Amino acid sequence: MPRMTTPLDHIRNFSIIAHIDHGKSTLADRLIQMTGTLTEREMKEQVLDSMDIERERGITIKAQTVRLIYNARNGEQYRLNLIDTPGHVDFAYEVSRSLAACEGSLLVVDASQGVEAQTLANVYQAIDNNHEIVPVLNKIDLPAAEPDRVKQQIEDVIGLDASDAVMISAKTGLGVDAVLEAIVHRLPPPKGDPAGPLKAMLVDSWYDAYLGVMVLVRIVDGALKKGQKIRMMRTGAVYEVERVGVMTPGLLVTDVLGAGEIGVFTASIKEVADTAVGDTITDDRRPTANPLPGFRPAQPVVFCGLFPVDAADFEDLRSAMGKLRLNDASFSFEMETSAALGFGFRCGFLGLLHLEIVQERLEREFNLDLIATAPSVVYQLSLTDGTEIELHNPADMPDPVKIAEIREPWIRATIMTPDDYLGGILKLCQERRGIQVDLSYVGSRAMLQYDLPLNEVVFDFYDRLKSISKGYASFDYQITGYRAGDLVKMQILVNAEPVDALSVLVHRSQAERRGRAMCEKLKELIPQHLFQIPIQAAIGGRIIARETVRALRKDVTAKCYGGDITRKRKLLDKQKEGKKRMRQFGKVEIPQEAFIAALKMEG
Amino acid sequence: MSATAPASVPEAATAFGVYLHWPFCAAKCPYCDFNSHVRQAPPDQARFAAAFAREIGNAAALTPGRTVTSVFLGGGTPSLMAPATVAALLDAVAAAWPVAPDAEITLEANPSSVEAERFRGYRAAGVNRVSLGVQSLHDDALRALGRLHDAAEARRAIALARATFPRLSFDLIYARPGQSLAEWEGELEAAIGLAADHLSLYQLTIEPGTAYHRLHAAGRLNVPDADHAADLYELTQEVTARRGLAAYEISNHAAPGAESRHNLTYWRYRDYVGIGPGAHGRFTLDGSKRASDAERLPERWLELVETTGTGTAVSEPLTADEAADEMLLMGLRLREGIDLGRHAGLAGRGLDAGRIAGLADLGLVETTAEGRLRATAAGALVLNRLVAELA
Repeated sequence: MPRMTTPLDHIRNFSIIAHIDHGKSTLADRLIQMTGTLTEREMKEQVLDSMDIERERGITIKAQTVRLIYNARNGEQYRLNLIDTPGHVDFAYEVSRSLAACEGSLLVVDASQGVEAQTLANVYQAIDNNHEIVPVLNKIDLPAAEPDRVKQQIEDVIGLDASDAVMISAKTGLGVDAVLEAIVHRLPPPKGDPAGPLKAMLVDSWYDAYLGVMVLVRIVDGALKKGQKIRMMRTGAVYEVERVGVMTPGLLVTDVLGAGEIGVFTASIKEVADTAVGDTITDDRRPTANPLPGFRPAQPVVFCGLFPVDAADFEDLRSAMGKLRLNDASFSFEMETSAALGFGFRCGFLGLLHLEIVQERLEREFNLDLIATAPSVVYQLSLTDGTEIELHNPADMPDPVKIAEIREPWIRATIMTPDDYLGGILKLCQERRGIQVDLSYVGSRAMLQYDLPLNEVVFDFYDRLKSISKGYASFDYQITGYRAGDLVKMQILVNAEPVDALSVLVHRSQAERRGRAMCEKLKELIPQHLFQIPIQAAIGGRIIARETVRALRKDVTAKCYGGDITRKRKLLDKQKEGKKRMRQFGKVEIPQEAFIAALKMEG
Repeated sequence: MSATAPASVPEAATAFGVYLHWPFCAAKCPYCDFNSHVRQAPPDQARFAAAFAREIGNAAALTPGRTVTSVFLGGGTPSLMAPATVAALLDAVAAAWPVAPDAEITLEANPSSVEAERFRGYRAAGVNRVSLGVQSLHDDALRALGRLHDAAEARRAIALARATFPRLSFDLIYARPGQSLAEWEGELEAAIGLAADHLSLYQLTIEPGTAYHRLHAAGRLNVPDADHAADLYELTQEVTARRGLAAYEISNHAAPGAESRHNLTYWRYRDYVGIGPGAHGRFTLDGSKRASDAERLPERWLELVETTGTGTAVSEPLTADEAADEMLLMGLRLREGIDLGRHAGLAGRGLDAGRIAGLADLGLVETTAEGRLRATAAGALVLNRLVAELA
């Protein structure tokens, strides 16, 4: 006989949607604390953000889950399963599967800041998942709070009834009890058949150093028990369940999970890659007839090269990437060699933040010094002989005469900004080949929707947006698909020699601007030589921009006598050391640091 | 394109110089990074002279059988020495080694009237060449450079020195803050009119650790940029060549035969010993070039000599690469350049022929039929980079 499971009507599964800094993690902490899930002593700030990098940046990367036991005012005891979701667009994929495991969401909005672009994208996803949504206004204790204005905004922008929004201060705990009551009374309980054959959704999986691969599941029908033989319906693999439990937030073994519940299990699964997110898990002997629809796997859209600063670290980098990939199947890498940077890897990411986080984790957790080249997007090429290829690195571009069509990824961007900065932002979007989809106002804030080529966004779009809007604009995007474009390969020639690592694919209309910017930058970065160095940007054989590094005119010591000789020789030794760190391009020597700076600015 | 004629003083492998460093100055100049010290109380010259004599004896023990071809009294300000002190030092040199009859004995002097009064005494002590630190012929420039003399004193000192010593050189500093081409041309022409047969013309250099360096870092010293400095240098070459004082070294100009023998010994990478606080030497012992240097602080040097018998750190043999690099960086300063065969002998291998050819294509170096490598006029302006390319 299975051990007692919780009846469906006493379970609530929910997630929290919020813009960065609007208080999602603080509210989660408060809920954990007020339900007595953790004692005071066990609490540390933002308990669900377990990676250092998450806690420091105030963002959630991996979905985390916690089960809370709540004794409601009506005298009943409820099991609340909170799935904390990443807020950022790069992790939209993780958000979507977390949302699919729940019936409702708390929409947390800062009562002084109002709705931001990121909030919107996630709310729309929750609505797509048929979530019941409870608006929560946080930070109402701040002097700048304008709860009425923000309520109006939620109604206008999102179309949600905000009249009974819960007013809280997650920091002080004010109103958090009302949030717990709202979860119980306003969010629906899960539906499912407790007696049916096991049907569970594989929400996420990760590698734990002690327990091996842990799988997060939402049980739809039936129950998952210790010792049960289960089958992954997509892969067909069969496992025997070893441990079953819930996260509190540490693992609490319960031996059974019933319908409607969210929990974890282990089953001697070797690698995270053996678990397909979105897969349906069923009983091997009594399988369900109706597997869940599942998810499309996340595709990397942004690529960049990662190289060790010290070539001797190459093998360490390879092993570190392998370890990271154990927990992050959306990150991909393959070996690459560069004339300038030596051996490294071409890596694929879900977006720019994902890139930044992987790089930072490699540097921090594995103690590696890395050089990251400028990010680029994945192009689809149709060749004249009918083959289709994906291009991850502009240096690999085939001969243009063999290319029938090049397609590039496009995004739909949502930008919210105080209207003072609207003009500058519109100009930026136009410069970047943007197509305006919508412009509306929410109070004094403008909400812009633009279709943009991702290529124009990957490098410095976000920085420019922040600088134009003095940090007030918020930005979010989703990939909408590939479109054909008039894309050309721009080469950079230093002293008439092409430098492969600096080649980029650009839209013909942007080529001159980017070529000029690159030549100007290189002119600053390349030290004067004994001869003059032309720097050119070219498309095919046509030069579209040119700068010149003038020949060195004077470098001679005025006084050098018998007493100066030792010092001058030591200076010469230093110069020789410096030459060793130079990268040679034909007759031109470029200091490695300068070359890295050039690779970074490419955009 | 051919460089100007090589120095007329023939090169002798047996050249042997003695450098004596007098480390005291009346005031520290804001551009100077030499080992010079200002003292409230005048130093005990007799005591220092005795220490010099002891160190001269030490150096002689390491260089047996050599004949001194030049002595140079540098500083600091050697003209702060009493003529008797100079005489004591030169006597110590003559007691330690044989001195060639035509040996060049140079003393650096400031052109102040007080110091000029001692000229006759220095001549009597055996000095046959002076090098005057004139620096400028303009009073405002002299004040800006922190000099204690004025232009009129300088002119008088030059005249007196010409009358007193067989040979005379003086220094000027140009590429000063705000200096125009026309202003420098006028000053240079005037200087050549006053000069005998040798001039040292130095571009102002901002050296770390000097007052000028701090001013420059604070943005309060407007020195000429590389282009203007290069124009000034080229103008200097043109004017001096026209007036018969072509450069034989980056900053040194002489009529044929009037080159400084002592300094040629440095640039030709021949042997010399350095005596006194902070002095460096390069001399051959047991077939290899050795480097020596001495304690920099005058009082500590004095105490070391008196208590331990020497103020000189143990000399160390240079590696083949070090010696070859030193020969290259010193030798290419001379218009006559370096003997490639001798350099290869020091290095144990020849210079990279491809590099030489590349630099020759750029018109920066040339090789001669006698197997010498030298910088062209264009190459001289970027000599530091040439040396780095070749070394």
